[in-house]
Amino acid sequence: MFRSVLNPTISSLSRNVLSAGWRTPAFRRFLSDETRAKIHAAVNEHPVVLFMKGTPEMPQCGFSRAAIQVLDMHAVPSEKLRTYNILEDPELRSGIKEFSEWPTIPQIYVNGEFVGGCDILLSMHQSGELESLLEKHDIIPKIESSSQS
Amino acid sequence: MPATSEELEKVIRNSFRVSHLEIEDQSSGCGTSYAIVLVSEDFEGKLSLARHRMVNEALKEQISQMHAFSQVSLFRRLLLIG
Repeated sequence: MFRSVLNPTISSLSRNVLSAGWRTPAFRRFLSDETRAKIHAAVNEHPVVLFMKGTPEMPQCGFSRAAIQVLDMHAVPSEKLRTYNILEDPELRSGIKEFSEWPTIPQIYVNGEFVGGCDILLSMHQSGELESLLEKHDIIPKIESSSQS
Repeated sequence: MPATSEELEKVIRNSFRVSHLEIEDQSSGCGTSYAIVLVSEDFEGKLSLARHRMVNEALKEQISQMHAFSQVSLFRRLLLIG
């Protein structure tokens, strides 16, 4: 599924996206340029991209379920959200952790930029930062806050 | 081999100036699922994503052996109740 939707032609663009400081030599050899390019294309193809275990309808892990529920609460439109079930794609499963330099799933990207995992998503939801971020990127409409007088 | 709470604590204390630390084994002792709360001066001026990355990096080996890892990483203790 992952393979079919991704554009494999971008190969050199993505190489310097992340700082090399976090990468260890042992880590680096697992992620091929091709996989890196595919993931890079994937995270830029939709405004919100979620890498999760399972599907929105049937999450296979409580953390992925929480991530989906938060996005649902903010009414992120389905056409602006793309989810990838990493359990269905071993290449993606190992590749995404290295690409994001993040050890756990779920992982969320907004307009190609890594936002964080479940803990960060939940805390941003609670603090209001997530709403601001989604509004800023025109993913959800801005709602004028009614003045209290 | 999955990490023990003691091992996690040791690595965290060696990596950060710890002002508050809670480690909860959520796997009933088998070491595959942990939730931590860490408050450290080393997080001063760091955004949430950067703080989490610092912890992930310090515990890289241990996290790779786990099924689940959850963290709350804060600069000041006050933020916990703020």
